Amino acid sequence: MDNYRVLSPTAILGYGFPKESFYEGLKRDPDIIAVDAGSTDPGPYYLGAGVSFTDGNAVKRDLEIIIGGALEHQIPVLIGTAGGCGANSHLQWNLNIIKHLAKEKNWNFKIAVISSELDKDYLLQQLEKGKIVPLHPAPELTPSDILTSTNIVAQMGVEPLIKALNDGAQVVLAGRCYDPAVFAADAIRKGYDPGLAIHMGKILECGAIAAEPGSGSDSALGTLVNDGFIVEPLNPKRRCTVTSVAAHTLYEKTNPLELPGPGGVLSLAETQFHKHSDTAVKVSGSKFIPTDKYYVKLEGAKKVGYRTISIAGCRDPIMISQIDNIINEVRKTVADNFSSQGYEYNLQFHVYGKNGVMGPLEPTPECGHELGIIIDAVAQNQDIANTICSFARSTMLHFGYPGRIATAGNLAFPYSPSDFKAGEVYEFSLYHLLEVEDQLKLFPVKILEV
Amino acid sequence: MKEVPITELAKVIRSKNSGPYELTLDIIFKDQEGYRLAMQSNIINEDTIANLYKINKEQIINIVPFPQALAIKATIVRTRSSGALGETDVYGAQQHAPLLKLKVPYYEK
Repeated sequence: MDNYRVLSPTAILGYGFPKESFYEGLKRDPDIIAVDAGSTDPGPYYLGAGVSFTDGNAVKRDLEIIIGGALEHQIPVLIGTAGGCGANSHLQWNLNIIKHLAKEKNWNFKIAVISSELDKDYLLQQLEKGKIVPLHPAPELTPSDILTSTNIVAQMGVEPLIKALNDGAQVVLAGRCYDPAVFAADAIRKGYDPGLAIHMGKILECGAIAAEPGSGSDSALGTLVNDGFIVEPLNPKRRCTVTSVAAHTLYEKTNPLELPGPGGVLSLAETQFHKHSDTAVKVSGSKFIPTDKYYVKLEGAKKVGYRTISIAGCRDPIMISQIDNIINEVRKTVADNFSSQGYEYNLQFHVYGKNGVMGPLEPTPECGHELGIIIDAVAQNQDIANTICSFARSTMLHFGYPGRIATAGNLAFPYSPSDFKAGEVYEFSLYHLLEVEDQLKLFPVKILEV
Repeated sequence: MKEVPITELAKVIRSKNSGPYELTLDIIFKDQEGYRLAMQSNIINEDTIANLYKINKEQIINIVPFPQALAIKATIVRTRSSGALGETDVYGAQQHAPLLKLKVPYYEK
């Protein structure tokens, strides 16, 4: 079989890349350009609220170069996890950016839009039938988790992407995707080994992060050859080494030897990494092992309230030595003051300089000479969050702890106003596996002309 | 028996979420010799991780060596799901620090 090339412009659509790297990639005659646009990494807010964690202007800048280059060279572009999380609102947001661009540039092409948001009634039925299982260590799923989630998406594998390409799409805009899927779909469609194609996708989905020095804002090229694949950066400042590529394989994964995905497991137990040139690494031996049943991963987020925070510092050593007790007393005072109101709230104190970064995992929770304190109130509405934060802040500011000498105030505020409304707060509510029989039903492909 | 700080043997020591419910810890060694010393001493074991992170062994999902990358990986259950109330580190990218204090024991040749 001929060599097959995939150009990965950047780690996340909107993270940017030097044009020179991308054009160097185009010179290598790639078969497709693929880019991952999303992640659960920024936390549950973006999935829950249905907004992107990347900026619209930055996404537009990247797409102008990517789609422009693809149209000129007549090669398909695949975008995975549109809008950051792949719910319908994310997909629509990204589609609008592409439509604006097409209008500005006088572009005309076929675009496939693949939805990945799931209907709640359908999920409730599947839960009832026992088709949804938790992904350890996520908790068991209840019907209420489904009903209270604002957005629920499933991670598609390569099948819907293959259908979109078969339908002749120039650009494939996909909802939530298994990250390597957009990089591997066309190669698998053309008969290349799925284990190698998916492993190559796993490395390319982070752009040039697997190089040295690594960067998520730079391009990389992957080439499938007879007995493996080759990865290389496209910026002469970087090079891929055996260690940098092998090390990237284990990034963000539970177990480097077995990477589960839609429909099967990528087994890396026999994977070998070899130096191919001064800047390129060859990988071989990766295998895709299909599972008996086809599972896709579900992700969902639900709203848990509204947040108000106050940021302050403390430099008094007498207060610092008693900080845990003071926080407990402030909590009690807040609870006591509003006991008759029946407010439901969650009040947290993040103490930087003690255990602000690691919380309960901190092995050495010793205080520094000054502490940063964030008072964090979450309640069922913004007004109550404001009330709790404000009261906790004023109580802590004037709290009379034993041995207090500084009577003017206990906290140093860098800002006026001291309290900030942070708005809606979400939590992950679903992280489960759904057994599916027909991926194309779950992820419908719609072809549009722009 | 002597000891060498793990920071002298390792090229990368990092933490990161592996999904919203897990925290994964990677130690990647500079060379074959460092990896060999760490594996031989069995320094990255369940007791070490449980003590460093003040967790029960049940919260350790796995500890897996990946010789191709000269790496040892440990994955633990997150204290709370990423971004849940009380969160301190949404990406889980600053939970590696306790590992930096490890010392790898070895016998002089």
